[in-house]
Amino acid sequence: MSVIEPDLAPAPPAGRARRRRLRRADLAGWAFIAPLIFGILAFQLVPIVVSIVASFTDWDGITPPAFIGADNYTGLAQDDLFWTTLRNTVLFTLGVIPLTTAGALLLAVLCQGKSRVANVVFRTAYFTPYVTSIVAIGLVWGKLLAPSGFFNSVLGVVGIEGPNWLTDANWALPAVIVISAWQGIGYPMIILLGGLQGIDGSIEEAARIDGAGSGRRFFSITLPLLTPQLFFVLVTQFITSFQVFALIFVLTSGGPGNATNVYIYYLYQNAFTFGRLGYASAMAWILFIIIGAVTFLQLRLQKRWVFYN
Amino acid sequence: MTHTMTPEAAAAQERSARSAGAHPQGARSGRPLALAGRGGKLILMTMLAISFLTPLTWMLSASLKTEQDIAENPMGFIPQTWEWQNYAAAFESIRPFFINSAMLAAINVVGVLAIASIAGYAFGRLTFRGRDLAFSLVLATAIIPGIVLIIPQYIIFQQIGWVDTFFPLWVPRVLTPVFGTFLLRQAFMTLPKELEEAAKLDGLNTFSIYARIMLPQVKPALAAVGVFTFVESWNDLFGPLIFINSTERQTLPIALAQFQGEFFSTTNLLMAASTITVVPVIVIYLIAQKYFVQGIASSGLK
Repeated sequence: MSVIEPDLAPAPPAGRARRRRLRRADLAGWAFIAPLIFGILAFQLVPIVVSIVASFTDWDGITPPAFIGADNYTGLAQDDLFWTTLRNTVLFTLGVIPLTTAGALLLAVLCQGKSRVANVVFRTAYFTPYVTSIVAIGLVWGKLLAPSGFFNSVLGVVGIEGPNWLTDANWALPAVIVISAWQGIGYPMIILLGGLQGIDGSIEEAARIDGAGSGRRFFSITLPLLTPQLFFVLVTQFITSFQVFALIFVLTSGGPGNATNVYIYYLYQNAFTFGRLGYASAMAWILFIIIGAVTFLQLRLQKRWVFYN
Repeated sequence: MTHTMTPEAAAAQERSARSAGAHPQGARSGRPLALAGRGGKLILMTMLAISFLTPLTWMLSASLKTEQDIAENPMGFIPQTWEWQNYAAAFESIRPFFINSAMLAAINVVGVLAIASIAGYAFGRLTFRGRDLAFSLVLATAIIPGIVLIIPQYIIFQQIGWVDTFFPLWVPRVLTPVFGTFLLRQAFMTLPKELEEAAKLDGLNTFSIYARIMLPQVKPALAAVGVFTFVESWNDLFGPLIFINSTERQTLPIALAQFQGEFFSTTNLLMAASTITVVPVIVIYLIAQKYFVQGIASSGLK
């Protein structure tokens, strides 16, 4: 925003006073950001270096690490469970993103209208799961989806015998996807709501006067104007879905078999259950590369469909 | 930046929409149709709200039932007898973890607000050499997935003897409030220059200008960052799972997730404990709702 004044030396007496003042301003600025910068160096940049080094070692965290070159990475390529968890994570992400995005769009459009008290009430209802502890959510859904729990009792009323949702290999992952979408919908809904409220009403009004129906107005005006928010939602959804952990930890522990074992859960198991810190570090970097590559691709593709007036 | 509408703007839009709705061709048949549409929308919204709140309502209802009642009527929401003492029993079991979680959340909120607001002020309002470079560094670290950092952090904390202490649960969070710094920088940048200049003439130093003049002006942003931090800290599962070994130092989420069998042999007590976990977050969210929504909405528009 403001240009940083260059510190030119040598300077005449008046300039020296000016220089001293500048130095004091520099000092104040750095003093203000010092705790944050220290934190970033100590808890982010140093760990990144440690993590890169660790990914090339065999390390259990107790005995000293042994340098093993790229063995962790080549080992992962031959690790069936690595591929299983990667596939489960991709399936999970591909299930959650459309459910959440379409659902959030519907809810945002519904909550956008005129009567404000009702909208705040509804918005809060849809948003509540998002701020709720994942552990509480996991515990409740575990009870709801139990073999003779709430859900199967409701299905029983209409004569359907429900499966053992969380212990049936065919149903566990879809069940987790739906629960995750239900929990996460509040955040994208608020983003899209913000976008909807920022749209200039006069454009839609003009289209209305020209005789465009509500469906037409939505698809030709509202949706294109909402693409920046939709883009943000897709990017953040990908990043968070790909790192799903807590829900799996509480609800299924990766089971039955490895039907819901996802990438971060397997990474966690490697690091803190099997004591393979180097192997898990390599997994973390592969994840970083996947997320970085997909996000980069999304940024490149946005030119094709995101509309900035 | 502000995509949320002021009440005036909303009212103006409502008026214009209403007058547009009274368009000639819809004058006779349009009004009832619009009313039916609105009624349908309300029904749809209500049904969606009910389905959204069913799991949490079930949790609340089960927390007030007897164990036998839950088994016999898994679909019923009204308890046969209201077992309020479930809450006393559940709280008795989770009290140490509740206190740990509350203490950590308080430290995190106060710490994050202090560090993020002073850094956000420097980035937003002060001119100093290296500022833009430092800000780029702060933003760049935001793209690194937390999981990449957690293993090396574990190794480092193990070396300095912090494993199984509370330090890993608040020091890194308090010292790296990247999102909060960004949000508060945005808020400080919108303030008028005259405020600072008047304070400077009055002879206040830079820190006093920040603390006494500028900080009170960004209360909504502080509230948003505070709520975010509270929710994150209160609900955190990964941190305590990895860094804490001793049972007495565990937080509420871990106590519920890992020791459910140990402390709660029954569903009703488990659901009461879950409700106790959820209520503080919902209460704080409701209080700060306006700012919280603004905070999220503006975060989507960087």
